[in-house]
Amino acid sequence: MKLLYFAWLRARIGCAEEEVELPPRVRDVAGLLDWLRSRGGGYAEALRDLSIVRVAVNQDYVGSEHPLREGDEVAIFPPVTGG
Amino acid sequence: MIRVQREDIDVGAALESLAAGNHRIGGVASFVGLVRDIGGADRVSALTLEHYSGMTEKKLAEIETEAHRRWPLDAVLIIHRYGRLEPGDRIVLVATASSHRDAALAACHFLIDWLKTDAPFWKSEETPAGERWVEARAEDEVAIKRWKLRP
Repeated sequence: MKLLYFAWLRARIGCAEEEVELPPRVRDVAGLLDWLRSRGGGYAEALRDLSIVRVAVNQDYVGSEHPLREGDEVAIFPPVTGG
Repeated sequence: MIRVQREDIDVGAALESLAAGNHRIGGVASFVGLVRDIGGADRVSALTLEHYSGMTEKKLAEIETEAHRRWPLDAVLIIHRYGRLEPGDRIVLVATASSHRDAALAACHFLIDWLKTDAPFWKSEETPAGERWVEARAEDEVAIKRWKLRP
């Protein structure tokens, strides 16, 4: 699965994108965020407060219960500040 | 029409081309967003805009369709810049054309409110205290609610 990070989440995690192999128990967005946090370091710091974390799957905004499938493009980022 | 670009926006040329050749259009409404030199209490010397290439274009096209669904518009134009910008620089142009002003003005207002809360762009400011990410404003979340976009 391809993961993308933007803005301060990218800076704290330390990379803009990565390919990951999800453990079978990770089935949805909430599970993915938990699993990433368990990696510690920049991940734990970046994902400490999930109220300021947004997720898009295949370029659409989704909630934490959204199911994940192999081959999904998952982007994790802070609330947007465009315009 | 949607454009996401690093280059500056030629507002005059863009507005002119929006209505060119269509004499049913009675008015063009527009909003131009500029870089301010103040962020909170600090002086801002520059701004860098990052975006999610691919999702940005997809979401902008969706909201353009939504604006056409809500109002009788003849044309919609959204140009949003990314990269490093300085105070006074243009960030975004939203323009809408319609037979009558009500539709054009309302759709323009809707689109800029939406850009603030849903377009995947992020700003980072250069200040005397260093570089920092701009935080989303609660007022923007309040503003988008008036359009009842979300269930």
